[in-house]
Amino acid sequence: MKKNEAFWASEFIHNFRGNSSAIIGGVIIIFFIFIVTFGPSLVRQNPYDIASLELMDAYKPPIWLPGGDTRYILGTDGQGRDLLASIVYGTRISLLISLAAMFCSSLIGATLGLIAGYYGGRWDGVIMRVADVQLSFPSLLIALFLMSAFGTGIDKVLISLTCVGWVVYARTVRGSTLSEKQKEYVQAARAAGLPNRKIIIRHILPNVLTPLIVVATIQIGTFILIEASLSFLGVGVPITKPSLGLLVKNGFDVLLSGLWWTSVFPGAFIMLIVFGINLLGDFLRDELNPRLR
Amino acid sequence: MISYLIRRIFQMIGVLWVVSIIVFTMMSFTGDPTYMMVPLDATEDEIANARMLLGLDKPYIVQYGIFLKNMLHGDFGRSFVFRQPALGLIMERMPATVEMVLAAMVLSLVLAIPLGVFAGAYPQKKTSRGIMAGSLLGISLPNFWLGMMLIFVLAVQFNVLPSSGRGATLPVMGIKLSIITMDGFRHIILPAVTLCFSTLAILLRITRAGMMEVMKQDFIKFARAKGATFQSVLFKHALKNALIPVVTIFGLQLGDLIAFATITEYIFAWPGMGKLLIDSIYMGDRPVIVVYLMFVAFLFVIINFLVDVIYTLIDPRITLR
Repeated sequence: MKKNEAFWASEFIHNFRGNSSAIIGGVIIIFFIFIVTFGPSLVRQNPYDIASLELMDAYKPPIWLPGGDTRYILGTDGQGRDLLASIVYGTRISLLISLAAMFCSSLIGATLGLIAGYYGGRWDGVIMRVADVQLSFPSLLIALFLMSAFGTGIDKVLISLTCVGWVVYARTVRGSTLSEKQKEYVQAARAAGLPNRKIIIRHILPNVLTPLIVVATIQIGTFILIEASLSFLGVGVPITKPSLGLLVKNGFDVLLSGLWWTSVFPGAFIMLIVFGINLLGDFLRDELNPRLR
Repeated sequence: MISYLIRRIFQMIGVLWVVSIIVFTMMSFTGDPTYMMVPLDATEDEIANARMLLGLDKPYIVQYGIFLKNMLHGDFGRSFVFRQPALGLIMERMPATVEMVLAAMVLSLVLAIPLGVFAGAYPQKKTSRGIMAGSLLGISLPNFWLGMMLIFVLAVQFNVLPSSGRGATLPVMGIKLSIITMDGFRHIILPAVTLCFSTLAILLRITRAGMMEVMKQDFIKFARAKGATFQSVLFKHALKNALIPVVTIFGLQLGDLIAFATITEYIFAWPGMGKLLIDSIYMGDRPVIVVYLMFVAFLFVIINFLVDVIYTLIDPRITLR
C-alpha cells in the first residue's frame, strides 16, 4: 500500500499529469486496450463468421449518410461485413502481431546486446557488424524481401518483423551495458566471484531495462506501420485474418468508385494507434532517459 | 584517406557478397520456378529437362557458384514473365523511381529546414508546438493511406490532379523525365507529396533538435554579443552546425524513400522499379526480385559511403579512419 502511494506521488506521475501530449497518448492507448479486450463482445457480428453476413447489405455507407443502415455505424464492405466489427477484429490482429514481434525482437536483441556489451571481443565485433550492415538497409525493404520468400501468414510476418527489429534493441542494450560494466557494483559482483551469467541477468539487465522500454514503446508503432504496409501490398497477413492494413487494401480496390469509408476508417485507426504510441513514447524517452533528450 | 577508401571499397564488396548469399538462399526456398517455365501439360521428361536447363538439378553450392559467376560477368538472369534480361527491365524503370524519390527529397528538404529552424529557435511558441505535433502525426501516418486519401480528395472528388501514371515524358539526354512537361508535372505532385511526408517529419525533428542543441553553445552567445542580429545568427551560424546530423540521417532517409517508393508507385501506378518489384513478387518472377535486391543493395552501399565522405567534408572535427 505504501509503495503504491509513493508511486502515485512520484515525479513520473506528476510530470505525466502536467504533459498534455502524454495524457492524450495515454487516453488513446487506453481506448485501444479497451477495444481489443471488449470490442468483440460489443460489435454485432463476427465478420469472419460467414453465416452472420448478409450479402444484401454490401457497401452500405456510414450511418450519417443517405442510405446508411442503423445496424452498421461505419458502413459495410463488399461482403456485407460491418466495417466497425472488421476494424475491431483487425485492430486485435495488428496489435497482436506488433506486440508479439516487439517481445520476440526485444528478447533476441537484448540477449545479443548484453553478450556483445559484456563480453566484448570477437562476439561483439560480429554482432555489431551484422547490426550495422542491416541498419544500412530500410526495414520495410528487408521485411518485404523476407515476406516475398516466406509467403503470407501471421507467423511469417512475426518472423520478418523480428528479423528487422532486433537490431535496435541490440544496439541500445549494448551501449547501456558498456557503461554499466564500468560501474562499481559490477566490479564488486565480479570480485565476489559471481559467475558472468548471474552478473548479467541479476545485476546488469535490471539496469539496462529503462532504455529498453523506451525503444520498445516506439518500436511497436514502427511494427504496426510495417505490418500494415506489408498487408497492404498483399504479402502480409492472409485474407482470412485481415489486419487493419489489409482492410485498407480491400478498400483501395473500390476507392475509385467512391466507396471511401472502407479504406478511410481502417487507415484512420492505424494512424490513431501509432500516434498514441508515439506521443507516449516521446514522453517516456524524455522522462526515463534524459540522455536521449 | 587513400587507405580508408581502399578499406571501404573492400568492405562494400564484402557486404554485397553477404547480401548475395542471403538473397540467393532465401530465394531458393520460394519453391520450384521450373513450373513457371514449362507449359501446363508438360511431361515428366520435359520438366526434368527444364530443371536441367535452369541448373536446378545441381547442388546448392554449385547453383550459388553459377549465380555468382554470372553476376560478375554482368549476366543477371532473365525475367520469367517478360523473357528479357532482368537488369534491363530494372534499368528501364529506374529513371521514373529516381525522379519521384528526388522530387520527394527536395520537397521535404525545402519544407523541413525552415520549419525545423523555426521550431528550434522559438521552442515555446504555439506555432512551434503545432509544427511538432504535426510532425509526430506525419510519422504516425501510414504512407499508403495518405496517398489514397490524396487520390480520393484531389483526383476523385475534385478532379484537379491525375491519380495514376507518369503522364507525358520528355527525353533529356536519353532519359525520359515527366517533371519537365506540364502534364508530367501534374502527375508527379501527388506521388511526391505522399512519399515526402514521413521524411519531412523526420528531417524537421532532426533540424529542430540540432538547432536547440547549437543555440545553447558559447559561439552563438558570442555572435550575439558582438552584435549580430538574431536572424543572421540563426541562419549563418546555427543552421550550418545544426545541419550536420541532417546529413547523416539524409542517407538513411534516401534509403527509406527508395523502399517506400515501392508502395507509392503501387498506389499511383507509377511505372518505376518499385512497382516492378511488387508485380514480380505477385508473379513469382524470381530473377527480377533477386536483381532488384542486389541493385538496391548496391545503391545503398554507395549512398552510405558517399554520406560518410560528405560528413567529413562538412565537419572538419571528424576524420576518416
